[in-house]
Amino acid sequence: MSSDWPLWEVFVRAKGGLAHRHVGSVHAPDQELALRHARDTYTRRLEGVSLWVVKSTDIVASDPEEAGPLFEPAEDKIYRHPTFYDIPDEVKHI
Amino acid sequence: MYTTELSKNVQPIETPEDPALLEAFEARVAADEFIEPKDWMPEAYRKTLVRQISQHAHSEIVGMLPEGNWITRAPSLRRKAILLAKVQDEAGHGLYLYCAAETLGTSREEMIEALHSGKAKYSTIFNYPTLTWADIGAIGWLVDGAAIMNQVPLQRTSYGPYARAMVRVCKEESFHQRQGYEIMIALANGTAAQKRMAQDALNRWWWPSLMMFGPPDDNSPNTERSMRWRIKRETNDELRQKFVDITKPQADFLGLTVPDPELKWNDEKGGHDFGEVDWDEFYAVVRGEGPVAKERITARREAWENNTWVREAAAAHAAKKQAREAA
Ligand SMILES: [Fe+2]
Ligand SMILES: [Fe+2]
Repeated sequence: MSSDWPLWEVFVRAKGGLAHRHVGSVHAPDQELALRHARDTYTRRLEGVSLWVVKSTDIVASDPEEAGPLFEPAEDKIYRHPTFYDIPDEVKHI
Repeated sequence: MYTTELSKNVQPIETPEDPALLEAFEARVAADEFIEPKDWMPEAYRKTLVRQISQHAHSEIVGMLPEGNWITRAPSLRRKAILLAKVQDEAGHGLYLYCAAETLGTSREEMIEALHSGKAKYSTIFNYPTLTWADIGAIGWLVDGAAIMNQVPLQRTSYGPYARAMVRVCKEESFHQRQGYEIMIALANGTAAQKRMAQDALNRWWWPSLMMFGPPDDNSPNTERSMRWRIKRETNDELRQKFVDITKPQADFLGLTVPDPELKWNDEKGGHDFGEVDWDEFYAVVRGEGPVAKERITARREAWENNTWVREAAAAHAAKKQAREAA
């Protein structure tokens, strides 16, 4: 086991109105320093207006091996897409 | 360089792997899909990437030293602010890359230790000394220029975290090269002594810059597999040729002479012919015999050791705060 500081995932909101987006990670002993390191590492050029840091171990991820059973069922439910429906051309605004 | 295989005696890794998994992996990579940390990957792919990405990270970190020692001597406040920002960027590049390598199961501690013990390699270019201010110009122009040439194709490398780190790095590198070239323009149009200084810097940095692309293709045993796995997207010689073709006219614009009597345009191949790199020198520097190799690692180690108290204080503060919150 390494004595590295915990790893934090960093999310940046590029500008108001946009969602926070994952940009990378930093090591830091606590939340406060994680934010400071994230700021120095990922926002040196006006890349953002807001930062989130989340302990990497707190993230629960889906298993790539299960991508099939998890995501494929959507493929045979094409009636969930608007293009599935035939609407005559003369009908407007729909 | 940043990305070429510098250890010549790397053993081929032959672990028995599920042929079906391997085949699926190869197909994904061939279709230009990205591989992500939790995806299955062959052991050799993982090991090659850990070595390449950590070597790349070390290069960014050690790369701060030759320029860092000119920050206090920059000739104006403008140049000082620029150089400071550039060196800080290189620290950032190192950090993006260490994080990318960590997603493959290595730790920061392990990588730093490998660098400080001399076990890990980094780009040969940083074991040459920066003697004059013109060297700072030449480094930005040539060394960052060569780095860009190497890194642009890596934005499409098959390992997702590495590719994404490269996208960030490439966005930042362009300023590095331009500020260097601007220094060269100022010197090349300055006094006779300044122009001599610029020429001298070009003379000393030209060949080490060409070495940054790594050994010639016929002496680069892992290139074939790395190309197939899309870890590498262009060969050492292809990149070196591109670099020469782009850089020669830039030297002409400065009114400086590239120190290679064999360098001339070849109409037929649509590129320049150029002289042979001194590969004995290259391998000597790879072995750790570069002019300032010892100095560099000593500087790194001292920085790490002298700042131990900062890391300890931060950890102690975090522990205290946590204990108080738990109480
Ligand atoms: Fe860099
Ligand atoms: Fe750079």
